[in-house]
Amino acid sequence: MNVIKVEVPVMANLHARGEHPEYLFWVGCAGAFDDRYQKVSQAFVKILAFLGTSYAVLGREESCTGDPARRAGNEMLYQMQALQNISLFQSYGIKKIITICPHCFNIFKNEYPDLGADFETINYLQFLDQCITEGKLQLDARALSDVCITYHDPCYLGRANDIYFEPRSILKKLTGNLVEMERNKSFAFCCGGGGTQMFKEAEKGDKEVYIERTEEALRTEAGIIATACPFCMTMITDGIKSKNKEDEIKNFDIAELIVKSLNL
Amino acid sequence: MVKQIVFAITLIATLGIFSFTINRIIRFFKLTRPAFPVRDFGKRFQITLEVALGQTKIFRRPFTGLLHALVFWGFCVIAVGSVEMIIDGLFGTERVLKFLGPVYSLIIASGDIFGLVVAICIVIFLARRLFFHIRRFEGIEMKSVSHMDANIALSMILILMISLLGMNMAYLESHAASAGTVAGVYPVSTLFAGILSGIPAGGVSVMYEACWWVHILMIFVFANVLPYSKHFHVFMSIPNVFLSRLDALGKLQNMDNITLEVKMMLYPDAVTIIPPADAAVERFGIMDVEDISWKNYLDSLACTECGRCTSVCPANLTGKRLSPRKIIMDVRARMKEKGPGLVKNGLTWSDKKSLLRDYISEEELWACTTCNACARECPININHPSIIIDMRRYLVMEEASAPSGIKWIFGNIENNGAAWHFSADDRMLWARDISIRTN
Repeated sequence: MNVIKVEVPVMANLHARGEHPEYLFWVGCAGAFDDRYQKVSQAFVKILAFLGTSYAVLGREESCTGDPARRAGNEMLYQMQALQNISLFQSYGIKKIITICPHCFNIFKNEYPDLGADFETINYLQFLDQCITEGKLQLDARALSDVCITYHDPCYLGRANDIYFEPRSILKKLTGNLVEMERNKSFAFCCGGGGTQMFKEAEKGDKEVYIERTEEALRTEAGIIATACPFCMTMITDGIKSKNKEDEIKNFDIAELIVKSLNL
Repeated sequence: MVKQIVFAITLIATLGIFSFTINRIIRFFKLTRPAFPVRDFGKRFQITLEVALGQTKIFRRPFTGLLHALVFWGFCVIAVGSVEMIIDGLFGTERVLKFLGPVYSLIIASGDIFGLVVAICIVIFLARRLFFHIRRFEGIEMKSVSHMDANIALSMILILMISLLGMNMAYLESHAASAGTVAGVYPVSTLFAGILSGIPAGGVSVMYEACWWVHILMIFVFANVLPYSKHFHVFMSIPNVFLSRLDALGKLQNMDNITLEVKMMLYPDAVTIIPPADAAVERFGIMDVEDISWKNYLDSLACTECGRCTSVCPANLTGKRLSPRKIIMDVRARMKEKGPGLVKNGLTWSDKKSLLRDYISEEELWACTTCNACARECPININHPSIIIDMRRYLVMEEASAPSGIKWIFGNIENNGAAWHFSADDRMLWARDISIRTN
């Protein structure tokens, strides 16, 4: 058993050496800055290192996609961000982008093309499921086989882009005990974080959206709530905390569960 | 002959009133902005087949979905009989389409069965509205007039079905008495026609005429009431599905006028099309009904206030004021209020009110999580979030108005390229100490 350090390649450095990695891994602001979600970025690059994938990140050249600005109505700010990002991608000749954040995924895939972007956007779950299908990634189901897992569909993967299959396909490789919440797939209930709700106080109401969703997850009596979005992770983790259920149920991203299974 | 003349006058009056209404609505449509170019006809026909004719989205709630689908399919079949009645009424013929032979028998038999099936569904619908407390039918936007609107339309449909079956029964009984040849097949009416056997022949033919007139007049009244009621749905939902937005639900429409401005700012040398200085300044986003697109307005006319959108809205379910159904109903109500003035006095006319604030509050708009549950649920592909985002666009870009948390992230994105207050120099901190175990 050896421990090796994972160096995350930065696009500008590779470019200076004349190298052209196959993928850009778009870390996203939450992946770079959010204490909890940084662990998801780390988990994902561990998997990339394990696979020997040719990739790089933008590092300090990365900037917001403009998604929160756009969903809050600031089209001007969104387009400023988008046009600058697109010209950066073009300067590096980037053709394929992998995102872990579904909001970044959605805006790259569906909205950047209106501003002249021409690259392929891949969500990490699509990428990982493909690797499993091709046999490049073999998961050891024993690592989590005794744990009951429920999956919370992020709105921007599910309803927004009809990605329901891949996360479930991966999770079924990790556990024989995948359970669904009452509202799942296209019926899934939002965590309450999208549309920039994450950054503001909720309007007056009887309940927080994330509490409603966490209660639904708790009713499944699963040991793990698997998520695939930074906002969902913040909301669900907060929900578990405010219900004082941290001992009974944990929130992990699917990439983290894969790392556990691979024992990386 | 007298019957034909009376019928022709009634038909002309019906068509006259109807074309007046349609003309009024077309003028309202002319006030609206472009939405998207309508192309991909193959895909549109496919969506219409699935979502409209196949009723796929309404089946997301299987029980009421099935009831609705039966009513819809019943209408499609029975409509053929209605066309025949109009021809018969104008030309004094009887069952003029019977030359179609077995096809005719099939259509008439289906219509006869659906007559009963639709009547049963309508009774269940009325019972749900009158005797059961169903949350989906309640809400701040559901005033007593909305409930009355629903009950009136359902009652009219019930009368249509009863008169259809009564007409068929009387037709069968009068032919049985005179041993005449019956055109078409009537599986349901045959079962009940015997009830009429005690009535003298004169009474049966009076009943036939009465049912015939009640049925056709009810269709004429219905056609002219619909455009002023939420049941305009009956006419507008198939076009609305055909003209669906075809993009992924997650996609927002680009604002091309902003793109031009941003490009002029970022790359002043590269922009070749510069708008003339005296070009009319278009308002960003939606403040009032003259800012909406034709699709927003079509959505509002096709909505039947079923409330499936609101019943899945996370904001609404947790007690916030936002109700996606209300947004759509407000668009329609506001056009009804302001449309005539705009038609008369031009697009710059103001009645000192607006869709924003007088109808839809900022509190509602900022409560949306853009989760798209509403749009996913809508049985006729109405898109609610697009209107909400367009109204946020007005608030932010025209009034610089937003909750403080939102203004904070705008500042952060402008200054340091992230929604949070972190420096770009710290973007690689997460990647410092990562290691993996290998065998």
